[in-house]
Amino acid sequence: MKAYSKNGRSGLLRMPAILIAGIMLLGAVLAPRASWAQIFDAETFTLKNGLQVVVVPNHRAPVVFQMIAYRVGAADGPPGKNGIAHFLEHLMFKATDKLKAGQFTQEIDHRGGGDNAFTNQDMTAYHQEIAKEHLPLVMSMEANRMTKLRLTDAVVMPERDVIIEERRERIDNEPGAQLTEMMNAALFLNHPYRLPVIGWRHEMEHYSTADAVAFYHRYYAPNNAVLVIGGDVTVPEVKRLAEKYFGPIPRHDLPPRQRLQEPQQRAPRQVELTSDLVRQPYVVKTYLAPSYRLSLDNRPAQDDDAYALLLLSEILGDGTGSRLYRRLVITDKSATSADCSYDPGAYDLGTFSFYGSPVPGGDLSKVEAAINDEITLVLKDGVTEEEIALAKKRLRIATVKARDSLSGPVGMIAAALANGRSLADVQAWPERIDAVTAIDIQRAARRVFDDRQSVTGRLLVANPVAAAKLAPQAAPPLPQSPETGAMPSGTVN
Amino acid sequence: MPRRIARQLVLFCLLSVCCLIFAPAARAIEIQQVTGDSGVTAWLVEDHSNPLIAVALGFMGGSADDPAGKEGLAELTSGLLDEGAGEFDSASFQKQLNDNGIDYGFDASRDSFTGQMNMLTEQRDLAFGLLHRSLTTPHFDAEPVERIRRQLLAMIDDRLSDPDVIGARAVSQTLFGGHPYGRPGIGTAESMQAITADDLHRFVARHFTRDRLHLVAVGDITAAQLQPLLDSTFGDLPASSDLPAVPEARLDQPGGVMVVDRGIPQSIINFAQPGIKRDDPDFFAAYVANYILGGGGFSSRLMHEVREKRGLAYGISTSLVTFDHAGLIWGQVQTVNERVAKTIEIIRAEWAKMRDRGPTAAEVDTAKTYLLGSYPRLFTSGGGTAGALLGIQLEGLGIDYIDRRQAEIAKVTPASVARVAKRLLQPDRLVFAVVGQPVGVTATLSTPASVAGDQVPAQQGASGPEPKPTHIQQ
Repeated sequence: MKAYSKNGRSGLLRMPAILIAGIMLLGAVLAPRASWAQIFDAETFTLKNGLQVVVVPNHRAPVVFQMIAYRVGAADGPPGKNGIAHFLEHLMFKATDKLKAGQFTQEIDHRGGGDNAFTNQDMTAYHQEIAKEHLPLVMSMEANRMTKLRLTDAVVMPERDVIIEERRERIDNEPGAQLTEMMNAALFLNHPYRLPVIGWRHEMEHYSTADAVAFYHRYYAPNNAVLVIGGDVTVPEVKRLAEKYFGPIPRHDLPPRQRLQEPQQRAPRQVELTSDLVRQPYVVKTYLAPSYRLSLDNRPAQDDDAYALLLLSEILGDGTGSRLYRRLVITDKSATSADCSYDPGAYDLGTFSFYGSPVPGGDLSKVEAAINDEITLVLKDGVTEEEIALAKKRLRIATVKARDSLSGPVGMIAAALANGRSLADVQAWPERIDAVTAIDIQRAARRVFDDRQSVTGRLLVANPVAAAKLAPQAAPPLPQSPETGAMPSGTVN
Repeated sequence: MPRRIARQLVLFCLLSVCCLIFAPAARAIEIQQVTGDSGVTAWLVEDHSNPLIAVALGFMGGSADDPAGKEGLAELTSGLLDEGAGEFDSASFQKQLNDNGIDYGFDASRDSFTGQMNMLTEQRDLAFGLLHRSLTTPHFDAEPVERIRRQLLAMIDDRLSDPDVIGARAVSQTLFGGHPYGRPGIGTAESMQAITADDLHRFVARHFTRDRLHLVAVGDITAAQLQPLLDSTFGDLPASSDLPAVPEARLDQPGGVMVVDRGIPQSIINFAQPGIKRDDPDFFAAYVANYILGGGGFSSRLMHEVREKRGLAYGISTSLVTFDHAGLIWGQVQTVNERVAKTIEIIRAEWAKMRDRGPTAAEVDTAKTYLLGSYPRLFTSGGGTAGALLGIQLEGLGIDYIDRRQAEIAKVTPASVARVAKRLLQPDRLVFAVVGQPVGVTATLSTPASVAGDQVPAQQGASGPEPKPTHIQQ
């Protein structure tokens, strides 16, 4: 089966040609179930100023991949300005005391490298891939812009137009993205995850140079970042360079990282978005879920629920052998695609989502009912030992395959360390997955699949009769490359 | 299963051309040529650092060969080869793949039909055995055929409302007219419904032949281990078939602007003109010209003019699209409806400027260092290396290409780029399709009836694909 399912939930976004391949790659590997550091032979050390550095050796090609992740994202923005983290990410490519605006990327382009950046609710990351001999250059430039950015209205104001165009492109032109935006606002009652990473347009129009500068000075510091270098390098080499370029930057005091918390949720929510741009409807049901770090009651995570839920997600929704695909697509024939996803990587709470799209002319409510039925079955009967054993085997194989990528392990480790986990946590991932039992899975499912902490979103066709009369049309096939995947939902570049 | 957004995919298809045209390796990889007793040949790159094997294979000939009225045949075939073959029905074939974590998939493009498998070393024989069954004894049983057909019908339907697809289709149908590249790769609802199991078997018989096969293996496998697998997997494929060749495309349409009215705040603009084929001796000079004009991301003139100077768009890019029987220069940008006219004006002006005045020496130098320096980045993973080498084979570039490439790029000079820019770039021939509600833009070309949308009665629906580059990894 090819991956014919399609919906507008994920956030893979358009960007300049040079950059897209790297991001696709990264997107594919930042997927939630990926964290296997001990087989990456990763090593870590911390500079005196608090910058944590991780090295992931990979000597296949004479290339390095560098990522610096700051522990700050949209959810840390001031009220009314939550898109500032993303705006600042764009502005980080402007002038510093040593670099002209745009020079950072040009220096990399001119050497055949690629670079980009992304922002999500919890982190802001910058990454470059380049021939290994240029690592000193990219590291020195990255260190330079950590504290030496020089922002003026002349460069900030046109860039504000760019992010507003970016919002139009990603959200205003995309009904699926609009549904996601409305669902997030409904799922999180209080936590800033309810707000879009890119910001609301009416607020973006008033972002100022002073806003960006204040945010930059508050959060960009060596003790608020993790630097991960993968590729054809050694630990001593990286250590020498990191001390040379990042070592002299002083640490500074950081504000406590405490977001507003979710209250007890008491009622299921429904969101419907109807658009004449939609021809294939779908339903998404999203539950609030624990993350690696937190339980649903905002206390530290308990019982390794995140690992149990990862296995459950694998059993329910991964591939043609999954419960959802077999039930909805093969047996009932009510859906063309059905799956689920669980992301425990957030700093605060995660989400567990189900997705289904009906066959052409089919009934969306039947798809939704079948999804709910499968959820009820798990609550009632749990999963079988055979299902667990096979899911564990698939994840074990995936850990080995993850070694094939240069950027993948770097992205996984940076995200984990930026979001409150340690390299030891990452290294313990396979054992924790392996320790999960059927009882763990059912207990975690019962904590999460409570409709009072869910939102159901439906993307609907504006005028089904008119749409049905439209001429049969052509469309291109999806490219099937192992390296095209979606960015994690809620990530913007 | 990765979720994808069609618009971005379309763009990715187009952009993958420039993404993958990288430059000389700083450290050449060692490619062995392995030939089985049956004569089947593969390129092999041994790498025993991980217990992993990546295999990429491709047969020349793809959706451009679909019979009239059966458009979508190659695409449907590509979704069904892992849905039952040999002694395995759909469920048991899928179970073998899922339970053993074997990545396994096929893809139909205009000019080729490709496949890729990634596996642990210990599953090598199992995976090659499954591949043999897929290629020689696929079932095309009714249940999976109907299921995958439904998925494709849903996708065909969904694309009808996708402004990106609509625009890309309008451009390519206008440029290609009645040539097979102007037909839908995925088919229409009508043609998809018309495909039978016999059609699928005929596709396999005519395309999966040894004379069309290209093959790469990378990773934890030796030549001695690979050789017998070549014979057992591909040895009993037919030597050749009577599949007719696709004719050369004639691109002699005039330029202009089409407008497709859609109620979206931001217009999506696709634009293209006739380009250059991969086997043209001027290919690298054209590549450099395109890099400077619009292919080079933040280093390109268009990005500078449109995004950096004016904040008109989040991004703009152009690329060389090279099919076996046609070439295009293709670009895309999205901008708020009020700024569409200005954006088109800038594109035409930059096109003319590059044609008339050529590049600066510094720009050419930058593009060449990019081409040279970026090539090793293609080879950082086993899967990536396999795909890159398959691309070289499908383009007919030869096993010495990686070494030769450096010299070919070195030959590019400001004068040769200026000459090729003058030869290629024709601002008056640019075909624009604007999907949205642009302000101050007058349509000078009529939109092909089949992509105009709501106004079209059901029976007139024809087709309109967008070009999809073949696997090009320069």
